[in-house]
Amino acid sequence: MLHQYYPSLPHDVNCPYHPVSAVDFMPRERLRALQLHRLQATVAYEYERVPLFRKRCEERGVRPEHIKTLEDIKLLPFMKKTDLRDEYPLGLRAAPNSEIARYHCSSGTTGKPICIANTMDDILVWQNGVMRCLAMYGIRAEDTLQVSYGYGLFTGGLGAHYGGEGLGCTVLPTSAGNTDRQLMLMRDLDVTAIACTPSYFLRLMDEAQKKGIDFRRDTKLRHGVFGAEPWTKAMRDKIEQVAGIVAHDIYGLTEISGPGVAGDCSFRTGLHIWEDHFYPEIIDPETLEPLPDGETGELVFTTIDRRGMPMIRYRTRDLTRLHAEPCPCGRTMRVMDRISARSDDMLIVHGVNLFPSQVETGLLSVPEVLPHYQIVLTPTETMDLLEIKVEVTPESFSDNVAHLENLRKRVFAAVKSIIGLSPKITLVEPNTLPRSEGKIKRVVDNRPKA
Amino acid sequence: MTIKQLSIFIENKPGRLAKVCRMLSGAGVNTTTLSLADTREFGIVRLMAREWERALETLKADGIAVTASDVAAVEVPDRPGGMAHVLDVLDAAGANIEYNYAFSLMPQGKAVLVFRFTDTEKAVAALEAAGVKTLGPRELFG
Repeated sequence: MLHQYYPSLPHDVNCPYHPVSAVDFMPRERLRALQLHRLQATVAYEYERVPLFRKRCEERGVRPEHIKTLEDIKLLPFMKKTDLRDEYPLGLRAAPNSEIARYHCSSGTTGKPICIANTMDDILVWQNGVMRCLAMYGIRAEDTLQVSYGYGLFTGGLGAHYGGEGLGCTVLPTSAGNTDRQLMLMRDLDVTAIACTPSYFLRLMDEAQKKGIDFRRDTKLRHGVFGAEPWTKAMRDKIEQVAGIVAHDIYGLTEISGPGVAGDCSFRTGLHIWEDHFYPEIIDPETLEPLPDGETGELVFTTIDRRGMPMIRYRTRDLTRLHAEPCPCGRTMRVMDRISARSDDMLIVHGVNLFPSQVETGLLSVPEVLPHYQIVLTPTETMDLLEIKVEVTPESFSDNVAHLENLRKRVFAAVKSIIGLSPKITLVEPNTLPRSEGKIKRVVDNRPKA
Repeated sequence: MTIKQLSIFIENKPGRLAKVCRMLSGAGVNTTTLSLADTREFGIVRLMAREWERALETLKADGIAVTASDVAAVEVPDRPGGMAHVLDVLDAAGANIEYNYAFSLMPQGKAVLVFRFTDTEKAVAALEAAGVKTLGPRELFG
C-alpha cells in the first residue's frame, strides 16, 4: 500500500520520517477515494454476514448500494456498546472461526463483558496503527520499549507490543504491576521508551522518588506512550517536568482495535486519526446528526477495513472535535482534540457542566490527596451540594488541626480555581470511601435521576 | 526527655472514638493519657501508652491514619502556680507551644503537663536547664 502511493519514497536513515509514516501524508482526495472504496466493501460485507446490521438497515430502507459517497454514511444505523453486550459473545462476528486469530475482551464493570474477534489482517491493521504512532513520536528500531500496559484480554499490552516489534524496537514485555521490578529493569536494560497508562506512570514516578531514583539522572528514558484513560494537560506537564521525558498521547479503544487509532505529533495540535482504517465522524449526541469539522460532539468510528467484527458508526461516548484546518506537520490525516472527557462522565451542577477530570486537574496542586478523593452530589432543599470527600492518609495526616484545616483550604482553592463552583470539602478516614474493583468510585451522584 | 504520643485522625461522628478504643483494647494496649482535639467535622485523638509501638502497628494495619510524635511530659506540683512557672520558662526561652493538655496523678499529688512544641529539642533543653523535670516512659508508665 505504501509503495502504491509513494513509489519513490527515499528509504534513507537520515530522513526525519520513518517510511511507515508515508501513508500519513496521503493527499486528501486520494484518501477520500480509498475511504469510500473501503467503506462500500465493508458495508456490503457486514450486510451479508451480520443479521442485526441487516435488520437495522432494512428498517431504515437502506441497502449497501445506497452508499455512493462518504457523506452517505449518515444513512447507516449506529452501533453502541450495549449492542456488543446484547450480542455477547459473538453475535456481531462476521468471519468464520477459521479466520479469527484472536479475541480481546473488555471487562465491564456492570454486567457482561464485550468480546471482539480479530482476523490476522485485523491485527496487522491494528499493529500498523501503533507503528505509525510510535514512528510519529520519533521512536525507532534503536529504542528499547518497556510495555507496562497489562497483557492479556486488555488490548493495551499486546497492542503496544506488536507495534514496537513491528517497528523493530527492542521490546521489554513487563506488563503492569510489580513496580520495583519495573524500575530495576528500566535502568538495567537502558529502556528509552515506556508504554503505560498515565496514572501508572505517576505511580512509577512516586515509587522512584521514594527510592531516590531520578529519571533524568538514573535512566535513559526519553519517551512515554500514554493512553487507555483520559488524562489532563496538567498531568502531562507534571510528567514531562519531573521525569524529563516527552509524554506522547495514544488513543484507541478495544471495540475499534486497541491503542493506535490516533496519536499526537510533535506540533501537539491534537491527535492524528489513522482515518485510512478508522473513519471518524462527530455527531450531536442528542439529535445524532453529523456535525461539521470544528464543532464538538460525540466521536463515532467506522472500521473500514476490519473483517473479524466490523464496527459501523460505533458511538465511542468520547467528546471531541475534528479540526477543519490542516496540521503544520504536513500529515493529511485529520486531527481531533485530545479526549479529556466522555459524554457519560459529564455532570451538570448548578447548571454548569462539570467533568471529574477537571477536579483531578485542580487537585494536582494538592498531590497528597490523589487519588484518595471522591466527588459527591447530594440534593438539598435549595440547591445541589457539591462535595469533595478526601481520605486522610498517613501521608497527608499530621498531628495538627491547623495543618488539616489548611489541607481543606488548599483542596477548596484548587478545585474552585478550575471549576468555578464552591465545593464543600470533607476529610474522611482512610478506606472509608466506596470502592469498585479496588479503586475509589470517582463520582457518587445521590440526586434523583431525571 | 521526650515521650512518644500517638495521634489518630477520626471523623466527628458517633462511634468513631469507641472504634479506636476497641482496636486498642483488642491489642492489649492500656492507654495512660487521652485527649481529644475536635473541630466541627473531624477530630484528633492523642494518647500515650506504654505499648505505643504495638498500638501504632495495630492501628496502621487496620488502615487508620495515625502518626507518632515526640512530646514533652512535665511533672509539676499539683498546686496554684505550678503551670505558670513552667510557662514562664518556656516564654523566656522563646519556645512555641502547638498544644498542651494536663492530667493529674491523684495518689502522688502530682500534675503532668503534656506539650507539643514547634521545636521540641530547644524547649526541652530550656526546661531542663531551668530545673523542670521532664518525664520519660519509665516515670510516666511506672
